[in-house]
Amino acid sequence: MDVLFSLFSSLPLAQLELDFTIISADIPYIVSGVLTNLAFTLVSALFGFIWGTVLAIFKISAIKPLQWFADFYTSIFRGTPLILQITIIYFATPQLLNYPIPSFLAGVIAFSLNSAAYSSETIRGGIMGVDKGQREAAQTLGVKYMPMMMDIVLPQAFKNILPALVNESIALLKDSALVSVIGVEELMRRGQIVAQREFIYFEPLLVVGVVFYLMVIGFTWFARRFEKRMRFSD
Amino acid sequence: MIKVEQLSKSFGPLEVLNGITTDIDKGQVVAIIGPSGCGKSTFLRCLNLLERPTKGKIYLDEVDLTDSRTDIRKARQNIGMVFQHFNLFPNMTVMENVIYAPIKVKDMTKGNAQELGYSLLSRVGLEEKADIYPSRLSGGQKQRVAIARSLAMQPQVMLFDEPTSALDPEMVKEVLDVIQSLSETGITMAIVTHEMGFAREVADRIIFLDSGRIAEDAPPDIFFSTPKSERACQFLEKVL
Repeated sequence: MDVLFSLFSSLPLAQLELDFTIISADIPYIVSGVLTNLAFTLVSALFGFIWGTVLAIFKISAIKPLQWFADFYTSIFRGTPLILQITIIYFATPQLLNYPIPSFLAGVIAFSLNSAAYSSETIRGGIMGVDKGQREAAQTLGVKYMPMMMDIVLPQAFKNILPALVNESIALLKDSALVSVIGVEELMRRGQIVAQREFIYFEPLLVVGVVFYLMVIGFTWFARRFEKRMRFSD
Repeated sequence: MIKVEQLSKSFGPLEVLNGITTDIDKGQVVAIIGPSGCGKSTFLRCLNLLERPTKGKIYLDEVDLTDSRTDIRKARQNIGMVFQHFNLFPNMTVMENVIYAPIKVKDMTKGNAQELGYSLLSRVGLEEKADIYPSRLSGGQKQRVAIARSLAMQPQVMLFDEPTSALDPEMVKEVLDVIQSLSETGITMAIVTHEMGFAREVADRIIFLDSGRIAEDAPPDIFFSTPKSERACQFLEKVL
């Protein structure tokens, strides 16, 4: 114990005297940026999930071109950095389509497309994990493909992959900090703005970190409860 | 009712069925028996095209099921199937399992479907389980629900694929009793089973398969007392 203590006290920790008073007036500004991150995450998770489900169904379909498309799509979005995708969509869209895309929209599009690529693999695994007998039972009852997927296969698949989908959403939530590079004033960007104005970095960024952490913890707790409720039929 | 002509099925190089030709008449109850690996489940699964035959034709009431122009989904509505592992939908209650297909496939109203559901569940003795999930049922109860679910589509033919093979011994009887009572209603049935006593009692006819061929086809009293083929003699010696 004494050894440890002397080790610490010998470190030059003088700079660690945190002073939040300088930024106290800015804290509400920084923290309220979280709403932007949440909006990003919710919208992107929703579209990413829907598009990811469609891609997953393409991947398991008997129609080869659909399989090829979905596999190629996934390889592109998993094979390049997310930050590159965000900036390309933001800067290339005005050039290609002559449409000055709002940064929020560019961010949501990039996130949804990217998230769909990842979750399509998870969802594909979930669908394949549903017992083949379920599909056979539906077929012998004369049920069509779409209702069979929507009412029987997908609900079971989603239930099994819920923890993986929660993981994906947490990654999305944290990655939402990346849209700061295209100027969206979310949590991270606001922290940087205050930091650059006041010439202190640790305090505002610490605030940003704490807010992210609390959001993830809260989200995890919420997801656990949801998962428990989903287990009602076990 | 069902007419099978020169039916063959191969899985890659493995030939499972080898030129099966037979008829099943309306109202007939046929038990399909044979040593494991003889192709009896594959034969049954070919009858509703869960397995696509490699060769041959299957007719249901003059409709050629193997014809690519036949709407197989429509044809399947007339062919109920009960599986070894029940295959109930775990995300639906017992009642939802039973009424799902009538509502989705036959556009029945929920009220009518539920009425039908209750009458079928009481027929298999499970009307008080209507609102619980399948995970809380015993194996025998699950299989009885699966039978009710199949009957809800009011099929002309029922296929049973080893309906009691996954059950604990003490639950076999309750399922067999339901199938037996069903056989008395005049519905056409094909049953793959290992329960020889049951086959003898309930079937009008025994089809004995060996290596993908029909080795023997006879009424149960004749088949069990004086089997003709040597393979059937050996088989019966082991199982009786």
